[in-house]
Amino acid sequence: MLSRVADSLYWTSRYLERAENTARLIGVHINLELEQPRDASFGRWARVLGSLGLDKETARDLDSASLRSELCYDLANRASVVASIRLARDNARQVREQISSEMWEQLNRLYHQVQVSSEHDPASDDPVAFLDTIKEGAHLFQGVTDSTMNHGEGWHFIQLGRFIERAACIASFVDVHFEHYASDEAALRPGAGADAADYLEWIGLLKSATAFEAYCKVYTASIETGRVAEFLILDGTFPHSIRFSADMVHSALSAISDASPSRRSTSVMRRSGRLQALLGFSQVDEIIEGGIHHMLEDVGRQLAQIHSGIYQAFLSYPIETAIEA
Amino acid sequence: MFQPNAEVRPPYQELLALVSSLPPEELRRRKQAADQSFLHQGITFTVYGKTEGTERIFPHDLIPRIITAAEWKRLESGLTQRITALNEFLRDIYHEQRILNDKVVPRELIYSCPHYRREMRGVTVPRNAYVTVVGTDLVRLPSGEFAVLEDNLRVPSGVSYMLTSRQVMKRVFPSLIRLCNVQPIDHYARVLLETLRSLAPGGRPDPTIVLMTPGVFNSAYFEHSFLARQMGIELVEGRDLLVHGNFVYMRTTAGLRRVDVIYRRVDDDFIDPLAFRRDTILGVPGLFNAFRAGNVALANAVGTGVADDKAVYAYVPKIIRYYLNEEPILPNVETYLLDDVASRSHVLANLDKLVVKAVGESGGYGMLIGPHSTEAERRKFHGLIINNPRNYIAQPTLSLSRAPCFVEHGLIEPRHVDLRPYILHGARTTIVPGGLTRVALRKGSLVVNSSQGGGSKDTWVLAE
Repeated sequence: MLSRVADSLYWTSRYLERAENTARLIGVHINLELEQPRDASFGRWARVLGSLGLDKETARDLDSASLRSELCYDLANRASVVASIRLARDNARQVREQISSEMWEQLNRLYHQVQVSSEHDPASDDPVAFLDTIKEGAHLFQGVTDSTMNHGEGWHFIQLGRFIERAACIASFVDVHFEHYASDEAALRPGAGADAADYLEWIGLLKSATAFEAYCKVYTASIETGRVAEFLILDGTFPHSIRFSADMVHSALSAISDASPSRRSTSVMRRSGRLQALLGFSQVDEIIEGGIHHMLEDVGRQLAQIHSGIYQAFLSYPIETAIEA
Repeated sequence: MFQPNAEVRPPYQELLALVSSLPPEELRRRKQAADQSFLHQGITFTVYGKTEGTERIFPHDLIPRIITAAEWKRLESGLTQRITALNEFLRDIYHEQRILNDKVVPRELIYSCPHYRREMRGVTVPRNAYVTVVGTDLVRLPSGEFAVLEDNLRVPSGVSYMLTSRQVMKRVFPSLIRLCNVQPIDHYARVLLETLRSLAPGGRPDPTIVLMTPGVFNSAYFEHSFLARQMGIELVEGRDLLVHGNFVYMRTTAGLRRVDVIYRRVDDDFIDPLAFRRDTILGVPGLFNAFRAGNVALANAVGTGVADDKAVYAYVPKIIRYYLNEEPILPNVETYLLDDVASRSHVLANLDKLVVKAVGESGGYGMLIGPHSTEAERRKFHGLIINNPRNYIAQPTLSLSRAPCFVEHGLIEPRHVDLRPYILHGARTTIVPGGLTRVALRKGSLVVNSSQGGGSKDTWVLAE
């Protein structure tokens, strides 16, 4: 497969995953904001910005409505939901003949829906409906992809993009949340329940990873901070946990390098194998002891290394390493 | 469609009988079905110079154009003769230049041609196939005979419309196609692939063949991806390729892979910033050197534009006689070369009756249609011709033949058409029996280019 094509497939799915996670996070916080005192807004949106890897200080200058619309509709803001959808579509358009028509049509439809919403009058602003469109659209695209595209190399690059992005998003959401709500040791003692006042915020964290219902099925609705961390970071079967994502990244990479064995891919395989092992063999109390922030920072760093490893191995390798014998 | 005595030409009789037996409502329904099918397949082209809504469906007319077996036979032999002579001509002017030494074609005409590439002097191309894919524009003269209006020897486009239009017609008029005994064209992609394979340098077995596109923003991108898919070859852009040690490679996830044949849909100017235009980002640095070294084949070769220069066109009958010692089977359209003082003054005096074309342009750009022009346009061309006579030719305004077309309100009216068959020339010459019939869909208009309000219709070549 052409490197350029693989690159576009990877970014199509990365941007779409980013749009979906951003949409879910914003949706959760719009909901939580309804029932909190006005003066707490600043901290909330600063945390949202932090979770998205943006400058928290922006929250100081803007009220929540304009922040929200900037994060949803502002094309000039590269982190906004519409910008992500547009970048996903731009990438897919470059490789239109490589993906199934159903995939293209679904993404194109989503793009046009989003375009309409982003141009509309702010007075009739219905962010919840808009965010639902994004989430549904992204889910549909995934389903259509899995059922209409050949599960070959291209599909594995789509998987890679999806799960690297997902792992990075969830790691960041969890990190920012724990920093604010569980910074003291008491909150992290084994069995410590969520502070009653913060109970809804903990549910919010789970919901921003679509994890609330799945968590309840495992632990019931009693929220314990350690269990939340364990579930979102280490659960092996929940598709939005970091460990699950790392497993998927590793298996996609294995499939890609099996298809075309080369020495160039050993380094990236080692990196993803190390991350998989870290998440597969860690225990939550050890993580808490060593500091959740420290651990998640490390996960983020390793994901970035895997990303650059993918480029070195498959997409923009130096010519000298690749001239065929 | 009609004979001079106003009777319907026999091949059209069955078609007309069927079409007129259908109620207008049914015709409209079928027309809609066809349009929908084009839309869903994404068969669109891009119009330059407009920012919004640049992607449009190629307008398609429902009523096929019919060419009889006898007519086709003549076209086939005429086109084969022409492409053979033009390939000889290209080889000659880039090597011994016999035709120039013998003063059959003036030397200054060739050297002043914007598409003449000195870099190609002495370069040998595989099988001497300079031109691999040709789309020749034909018109039907009032005598009923076909004449050549233009040879497109650089990167002719439109073949995907020929192929998809047939697919749609098969769905819309299945019974009629069988009834009329229409010759199939669906093997075009396979023949093209074979032709490209026959160009592989040194006859390398199992060569890697790619189609090189300028990218998604090119007006013919749909066609590029369509053909690549039909042939099962990789669709590459310049940035996917690189040259190392005079070999061309493409960058794949599994490493670099050597490329043997490039069916390039990028103009000469843009294929290699080291050899031609330096500001191109579409090209591959070093590609031309790899080509010269014989390590990669380009289809079409570089420098073929010299032979479809509109002034060189006037010499094609002489070129055919010179190399093949045969009379041309297909005539040219009468052409005035404006270098010549006498014809220049004749043309300048009759700008309102003639068609003036810039020699190096295509796609209906840079031309003046006398009878439909304004005073200001004529003044502008008057000045242009005086300044650079070599750059223009003039031809009589042709009364293009007309074919019945389905227009709004369920009516059928005549519209002007031309015909572009596609000739493939590699180890042997093949012409798929059919072509792109372009229609000037605006009433009375003579311009059939898609960029200027033209459309297309299916072309049925009947079996004997």
